[in-house]
Amino acid sequence: MRLGPSKRRVPGASARWLLGRLGGLLLVVWGAATAGFLALTLIPGDPVDVMLGVQAQVSEQVKAQIRADWGLDDPPLARYLHYLGRLATGDLGESYQLRQGVSSVIGEQLPATLQLTLLALAFALSLAAIATLAARGRRSTRIVSLVELTAVSSPTFWTGLVLIAVFVFQLGWFPIAETGSLRALVLPALTLALPVAGIISQVLRQGLDAASARPFATTAIARGVGDGRLLFRHTLRHAAADSVTLVGYLVGTLIGGAVLVETVFARPGLGRVTLRAIIDRDLPVVLGIILLAAVTFALINLTVDVLYRLIDPRLRTGSVAT
Amino acid sequence: MTVTLGRTRLRPPRAGLAGAITASAFLLVLGVAAVAPTLFTHADPIQTQVLQALRAPSLEHPFGTDQTGRDVFARVVYGARYSLAIGVLATTIAMTAGLLVGTLAGLAPRLIDSAISRVIEVLMSFPEFLLALLVIAILGPGPVSLVIAISLAAVPVYARVARVQTFTVRRSGYVRAALVLGVPRWRSVLRHVVPNTLGPLLVMATIGFGTAIASAAGLSFLGLGPQPPTPEWGLILSEGRNFLGTAWWIAVFPGLVVTVTVISASVLGRFLRARGEGTAA
Amino acid sequence: MSFVSVRNLRVRFGQRTVIDGVSFDIAPGECLAIVGESGSGKTITARTLLGLAPDGADISTDELIVAGVDASAYTDANWRSVRGRLVGLVSQDALVSLDPMRRIASEVAEPIEVHEGGFSRSEVGTRVLRMLADVSIPSPETRARQYPHELSGGLRQRALIASALAAAPVLLVADEPTTALDATVQSKVLKLLGSLKESGLALLLVSHDLALVAQIADRIAVMQHGRIVETAAAADLLANPTHPYTRALLDAVPTSHAVRRDGGEIVLAARSLVKQYPAPGRSTTLALDDVSLELRAGTTLGIVGESGSGKSTLGRLLLAIEPPDSGEVLLRGGPWSSLAESTRRRKRGGIQLIEQDPASSFDPRFTVRRILDEAVAITDARATRPARILELLEQVGLSAVHLARRGHELSGGQRQRVAIARALARRPSILVCDEPVSALDVQVQAQVLALLENLQARTGLSLVVISHDLAVIAQLSDTVLVMRDGVVVESGEASEVLANPKHPFTRELLDSLPAGRILP
Repeated sequence: MRLGPSKRRVPGASARWLLGRLGGLLLVVWGAATAGFLALTLIPGDPVDVMLGVQAQVSEQVKAQIRADWGLDDPPLARYLHYLGRLATGDLGESYQLRQGVSSVIGEQLPATLQLTLLALAFALSLAAIATLAARGRRSTRIVSLVELTAVSSPTFWTGLVLIAVFVFQLGWFPIAETGSLRALVLPALTLALPVAGIISQVLRQGLDAASARPFATTAIARGVGDGRLLFRHTLRHAAADSVTLVGYLVGTLIGGAVLVETVFARPGLGRVTLRAIIDRDLPVVLGIILLAAVTFALINLTVDVLYRLIDPRLRTGSVAT
Repeated sequence: MTVTLGRTRLRPPRAGLAGAITASAFLLVLGVAAVAPTLFTHADPIQTQVLQALRAPSLEHPFGTDQTGRDVFARVVYGARYSLAIGVLATTIAMTAGLLVGTLAGLAPRLIDSAISRVIEVLMSFPEFLLALLVIAILGPGPVSLVIAISLAAVPVYARVARVQTFTVRRSGYVRAALVLGVPRWRSVLRHVVPNTLGPLLVMATIGFGTAIASAAGLSFLGLGPQPPTPEWGLILSEGRNFLGTAWWIAVFPGLVVTVTVISASVLGRFLRARGEGTAA
Repeated sequence: MSFVSVRNLRVRFGQRTVIDGVSFDIAPGECLAIVGESGSGKTITARTLLGLAPDGADISTDELIVAGVDASAYTDANWRSVRGRLVGLVSQDALVSLDPMRRIASEVAEPIEVHEGGFSRSEVGTRVLRMLADVSIPSPETRARQYPHELSGGLRQRALIASALAAAPVLLVADEPTTALDATVQSKVLKLLGSLKESGLALLLVSHDLALVAQIADRIAVMQHGRIVETAAAADLLANPTHPYTRALLDAVPTSHAVRRDGGEIVLAARSLVKQYPAPGRSTTLALDDVSLELRAGTTLGIVGESGSGKSTLGRLLLAIEPPDSGEVLLRGGPWSSLAESTRRRKRGGIQLIEQDPASSFDPRFTVRRILDEAVAITDARATRPARILELLEQVGLSAVHLARRGHELSGGQRQRVAIARALARRPSILVCDEPVSALDVQVQAQVLALLENLQARTGLSLVVISHDLAVIAQLSDTVLVMRDGVVVESGEASEVLANPKHPFTRELLDSLPAGRILP
């Protein structure tokens, strides 16, 4: 097989790849926006009535204004383009039920959810690390596996309730209703963290096991490498590469779980807003959150791909073996 | 003299046969409870008896009673049919749709495959639970919406696995052998591609069944599923939320049943996967 | 104290005894080769010299002296001071034996860092470069910074050897060190090991290939079913083998046959085939560049080349699995590659295929009965199929007892026989064999090759045999095609090409064969 002029590295391959991925990101955002638009069109009944909610008593004039805002009387294509145009300028519309701009609604609630999610992530990583280190021998591995399985299988809302029942009511360690302090954040974050910790721990341990069974690990051991060096210089990198692909899924679990946790613990945050919006059919808010979620996940996936390429040199260049 | 050399390397603990049997047994019991609840309890899950309200667990009421005096154990037993029905329906729909879409993508010309893959990617960039939430946002709450929402949210995962598996089988030596023998393409697809893709999907579906039940319970908990007084597990949990301090059993036991169901589905699924990997060359 | 001495090594897994009383010695600077087929226990035996044992193994010895050290009571911590410092290990296939996520320099430096602390980074760096130069890797400074996947197979294996020797051990255990490499590269790496031995390194060479190890081994030990059946000086063993198993191994080495056939009409012809594939970075690779060939009835055409030569692509084009970009394949003088698949399908019975890896040639869910039924059902009515299936099994030396087994329950040789039976179902006149015996042990290889020759003699089957192994080609072929980089560099009658090669590459291929392998 004759190859083209033998290059060590294909120039610009990384830049082209990044550009491609950014394009993908835009595609995802566009897809989500379109999906939201379709959702709006699919809703049975008059969208305006739906958006205003059951309770609203509003004059025909205001309703006409809303129709104009959303271009509901225009032909579908014009409506679609108008909608995309608005989004491109960052205007997410207004929630008629909450009487607030969607962006400001989201902006108000985001910090609380972020706090919760970040603390949960910290807990999850720590717990996973402890679990990985604790699984030394055959017996401890079995116990750790069982704990992981339970953590992953328990529904978030249930663990939350159980934790409340035990730590708030029975033991009285945590306050019942207080929401502002760090103390009040602990139980919710822990609840959110458990399934995530379980998954990280499982994948990490399996990754380490798989890596230490591969031939390169035998070679390293044959050089006199001990357990510590084998772990930190060899297998960890391989296991991390496997785990990195999980990050997107995990963030998804964290955010999805936030909805449940905020409801269980009666905490303010995006989760509760989302739930309210869904039950009350507050479409502008729902659409705004869909878009926010889409952008977030697409960004995370992009970061994951970049991380992956950084960790595994085999993916890095378009180089050819010479 | 005896010398022990070398290192004991840890093998990932696989779900053994004992675990798989226990898991299957539990799921079977659940199935029976769904179909014939009177085998397990004589109490009425819907009829209120205010005089019996908030009794702690006892021989007469193994899971205690709730705020209107209903036997929680009975409610859990009768609730099994809702959770199982939703779980089985949603998983079957998702798996079938995923199989069709994924196989199509794997066999289709590059352009169509690219288009389908993009859509799958976009859908997969959302967490399943959120996707389900959004579908319910469009359709409105209720048990039917629940099934549709959960199936839709799960399809991308099945589709992706089906697609990858279809590619693998397409390139395999035995499909090539069939081509060389002169077997028409459509026949080798039906004979080789579909069955070999179905295998991994069925294993995923076993675990997915557990996830579906947990999602259903979660969405019901949020009030988006069946309405009271239906004894759906998630609903019971949300009712019990107000009584955590005084009657913890209302919330704890139904959730425990959900957890054990999900664990059983996972254990069984892992066992099947390990066995499947053993026989696939 | 002796240098290396193992007495009465016994390895058990539960009730199963895998190694049953093995004893051997190695003198300093000597090369001992352990030869055996897969499953003979040679790898486990070799690795006990490094204190490496598979999970759950129960090991006992009367004596275990490694590089002058009594290791019989060693714990894992003790072994760590031996591994890499006194004994080095080189395994098969550097692509997976080196850490793909670490640079060559880090891998080679590791033994130094583990056993000889106190060197500065630049000192270690210099030593690494010296090691790479010692194993004849050109441009060591560039190579040291690269990752394993960026090096070719031969260079990778040398780097692996360098990493085993970096802390200057006195004994090197080489377990199938050249098996994953092309023939020409194999001989170079083997010569490297030979020269290392000349400079004082003791070598334990483990392989399935008796002829290969004969090139550098001083003494050879033959292993079968966990026991050493014969040990002798290399020359003595090859000239006067005493144990029947050793004799069988030597007999199984392919040798060329004197009688050559002329053949009848041309049954398969290729004209100026060109085939391109897309390559990374928007370029294309030219897999085949103007390749032509002819196959005459009742003869065997051997296509030989290394990996990347295009021979497998050629096979696929001959079978019309893929279309050529230009050029044409003719079957019995009529169009073949240019036909529409619907028309061609009916004629496919005339030319069939067996491949290297029968494991993926069979649907993992299918039993042998179903595998053969799929083939037989194309032409035979339901009533006659069972009889036909039995007939096919008999033709390849199998029987009804194999019908209920699945692919992975058969041995390598049995799988290949089933593949041949399946190919024969449609009564082809041409059989294309793509690396038919590469994945098999030497003895089983010989049996399958004999089967193919037998079939050809009985039925007048025409064969196209594609292989990287020149010895296999030499045994079977009447005419030969030598390929390199998508081009036919030499072709003609086998006896002529192998005796008087004209192209330098053909000569290189012939040279890389161990002496005594083929004698046309």
